[in-house]
Amino acid sequence: MAPPLLSVRDLRVEFDTRDGIIPVIQNLSFDLHAGGTLGIVGESGCGKSMTALAVMGLVPGPMGRIAGGSIRLDGEDLVAAGEQRLRQVRGNEISMVFQEPMTSLNPVFTVGDQIGETVRLHQGLSRREAVNRAIEMLRAVGIPAPEKRVHEYPHQLSGGMRQRVMIAMALACRPRVLIADEPTTALDVTVQAQIFDLLQDLQAETGTAIILITHDMGAIAELAERVIVMYAGRKVEDGPVGEILGQPLHPYTKGLIRCVPHLEADPPVERRELMEIPGVVPGLSQLGGVGCPFSPRCSESRPDCNMMPVEKAGPGDHSVACWAVSEAAS
Amino acid sequence: MTEEPLLQVRDLKVHFKLGKRGLFGEPSFVHAVDGVSFDVAPGTTFGIVGESGSGKTTSALAVMRLVEATGGSVMLGGTDVLQLQGEALRMARRRMQIIFQDPYSSLNPRVRAGAIVREPLELLDVGSPAEWDERVAELFRLVGLRPEQRALFPHQFSGGQRQRIGIARALATNPEVIVCDEPVSALDVAIQAQILNLLRRLQSELGLTYLFISHDLGVVQHMCDEIAVMYLGQIVERADRISLFRQPLHPYTWALLSAVPSAAPSAKGGQNRVRLQGDPPSPIDLPPGCRFAGRCPFAEDRCRQSDPPLRAIRPGHLVACHLVSDDGKAPHMEAIEA
Amino acid sequence: MSDAAREFEQELRVESPAREAWRMFISNNSAIVGLAIFTLIILTTFVGPLVYTVDPFELVWAPLTPPGEEGWLLGTDYLGRDLVAGLLIGGQSTLAVGAAAAVITITIGITVGALAGYYRGWVDEALMRVTEFFQVLPPLLLAMVLVMLFEPSLTTIAFAIGIVSWTSAARLTRAEFMRIRELEYVKAARSISASNARIIWRVILPNAAPPLIVSAALSVGTAILFEAGLSFLGLSDANVMSWGKLIGDNRPAILAAWWPVTFPGVAIFLTVLAVSLIGDGLNDALNPKLRRR
Repeated sequence: MAPPLLSVRDLRVEFDTRDGIIPVIQNLSFDLHAGGTLGIVGESGCGKSMTALAVMGLVPGPMGRIAGGSIRLDGEDLVAAGEQRLRQVRGNEISMVFQEPMTSLNPVFTVGDQIGETVRLHQGLSRREAVNRAIEMLRAVGIPAPEKRVHEYPHQLSGGMRQRVMIAMALACRPRVLIADEPTTALDVTVQAQIFDLLQDLQAETGTAIILITHDMGAIAELAERVIVMYAGRKVEDGPVGEILGQPLHPYTKGLIRCVPHLEADPPVERRELMEIPGVVPGLSQLGGVGCPFSPRCSESRPDCNMMPVEKAGPGDHSVACWAVSEAAS
Repeated sequence: MTEEPLLQVRDLKVHFKLGKRGLFGEPSFVHAVDGVSFDVAPGTTFGIVGESGSGKTTSALAVMRLVEATGGSVMLGGTDVLQLQGEALRMARRRMQIIFQDPYSSLNPRVRAGAIVREPLELLDVGSPAEWDERVAELFRLVGLRPEQRALFPHQFSGGQRQRIGIARALATNPEVIVCDEPVSALDVAIQAQILNLLRRLQSELGLTYLFISHDLGVVQHMCDEIAVMYLGQIVERADRISLFRQPLHPYTWALLSAVPSAAPSAKGGQNRVRLQGDPPSPIDLPPGCRFAGRCPFAEDRCRQSDPPLRAIRPGHLVACHLVSDDGKAPHMEAIEA
Repeated sequence: MSDAAREFEQELRVESPAREAWRMFISNNSAIVGLAIFTLIILTTFVGPLVYTVDPFELVWAPLTPPGEEGWLLGTDYLGRDLVAGLLIGGQSTLAVGAAAAVITITIGITVGALAGYYRGWVDEALMRVTEFFQVLPPLLLAMVLVMLFEPSLTTIAFAIGIVSWTSAARLTRAEFMRIRELEYVKAARSISASNARIIWRVILPNAAPPLIVSAALSVGTAILFEAGLSFLGLSDANVMSWGKLIGDNRPAILAAWWPVTFPGVAIFLTVLAVSLIGDGLNDALNPKLRRR
């Protein structure tokens, strides 16, 4: 297999708070291959968005910092890279689509200016070339009448159109990695389906690798090939999407899948209770303990859980960090 | 369902006036809800599902008299809630309460949790002041909170706990009907299950009747006995839970169902899938004919000319589409077979 | 188990929003300095005259005696009146007019803004036209006219200042009401048939209060400056000493003697500075966006 395009190893991100230094991401490792799609799932506060910011080199300072590990893009360690180099990488080689298309676009510039700015900055195109590229990108993301739309302002577009513009902006420099952080959470389901199709089509054309960050297992099933399940800043399970959804091993993954009422084409007459994950995600100040962070909410909790479980290989290409599972698998 | 309905909504209309165009122009209207009718039998859950702008939330708010209805009637056990005023309306409100979407903005941040739950008792004169404290404690236990937490302020609770406070407030007056307006869509996935299970448990223990508004088809399928699908202010299809999901008749329902990403690994592959183009149009200045015609992959000339009525294909299964035949053949079914 | 018990205890340590704001306020150094100066000024002007019993209108010594000479700490003014007594007694009326004008400003402002923002429609249209009418009039000129129409007295001056400065408070209140009236807890109050009066005063107003409290604090400073300005122009009650009046009376002698205008000026400066520091402190304490979670 070719070496991965993006390789994250033992990433650790820390924040200074009034309760001391808190590790919001610990021991996170994953690989992303060219043209592949990696899903990162978890509840809010699990560290999935922070992972995206770390890869972009955008951990909010001065409180936050990458305290350890490496993020290698084609072998080059971005953690060690200077701000100048990171500016070249951001938006050019790695770009990002955010959740809220309303607040991620600047309301006082036309969409053409905003798409064009990226390419002028990174690829030194002239103003006219930039406008042409913007029109081309708008057409690529399926916006009708792009010659007209390019001169419109964000407020003149619908939510779905705005998200398409965001994607056009992110893809304008033909990045090698696209990070999509909850790209459809603010959109209607029929529009969400359009955006998913668009991402897949663009990926097939350009070979961009995608990191999809979401809380929705359905979205993961639709788009991702591999999945990382995160909890309290740690990876708890990692594997191909079919295996994670079909045979989840970690109690948290099982809970995440079963607590959602999935739409069924042939619903049973009798409705069972949904599985509940009791309690709530730990707050910032509770991160960084020695035990398994999920054990207070876990139905399979046991004395071993006072110690952090090691990541064990499960069946196939599947790994999990849970005491209960590693025993059963062996 | 032969039982006498508890809630009967007939031809409900909510039109908002927008500003005039120019000084002497005609004012334009938003047809947020345009002729919605349904019945809810006691002890059951009636779901309204739709995308943004479909008018589902406005319908719910109009039933609760929280937005002014332009026309129609809402019969609650024989009285038309829309006609009530003053004291009579206050009495009716004891029987009908609402749970809101956003647990962060639905609780007054300056009032303690106990006082929030007690307020309906005070304002609607339920019981005597001496009983209120005990009743509030009982409600806290009922929704899975500790009575000691009454003294806390909303910001000291998590999102899920806040929604429990909202539920306790809605239950305070022992209402018969509870309108649930997207009660879990602002919550984290793992917390949604806690709230949905709680709502179902309360329904079976207290015999509650729910009017359940949601954009999440999975949640609606799990919670509701009967479901209406709304599009731009109108019901396009209405059926019991099994029929609607097994045999969606309206092309919009079908498109909506096929747009939901499925987490079931077997369903991956994307066959039988339809993709609607564009966004739902705005409900201002609607074109004549079927409102869905602009996005419908099967639309014909007659769809753009006349508005299809909501008609029964089978008892209890209604659809508003010209293209669905009387024996229940829908256009997308042929498309799938072809 | 003890851990869980402790957590439980912590959770139940009830802190009301007001108490939390107070904690934020007292951890803000400049706000504390402002509060200290302000307290000192209040104590001096209201307790001082009980100890130092010289009449501020009495001609005690030769006019324009420099500070420190002949035992007069701050000297005398152009008529030979004691400046210490003038500052002490004059401070009382200046502060009283400032406070009263602020109360009037904020009362009119909140009432107009609340009604306009809550009812919207024609109520809003009408009240906003009135507000705009008051906004376009030059405030100092209008205040002068009002004071001249009636006898210049502390009451009329306070009212005149209030009437010319309520508009910004009204706009602020209206904006807050328009925002909060759409929130779900207001709908929740409606769903249990809460009256409009209850929703306005007991539900929305407490939640709109933080920026209004800040604005009220700052308007005390503005009102004091306004009073000084009117007195300087000679529009003051001839029988009541105030800081502005001291400055106004001694204005012709300013080239011969710096002290009769400088000391009241410094007093006004310190008071307004203290009030602004308190206002900024309140703003930080009450603004939830700045509040650490």
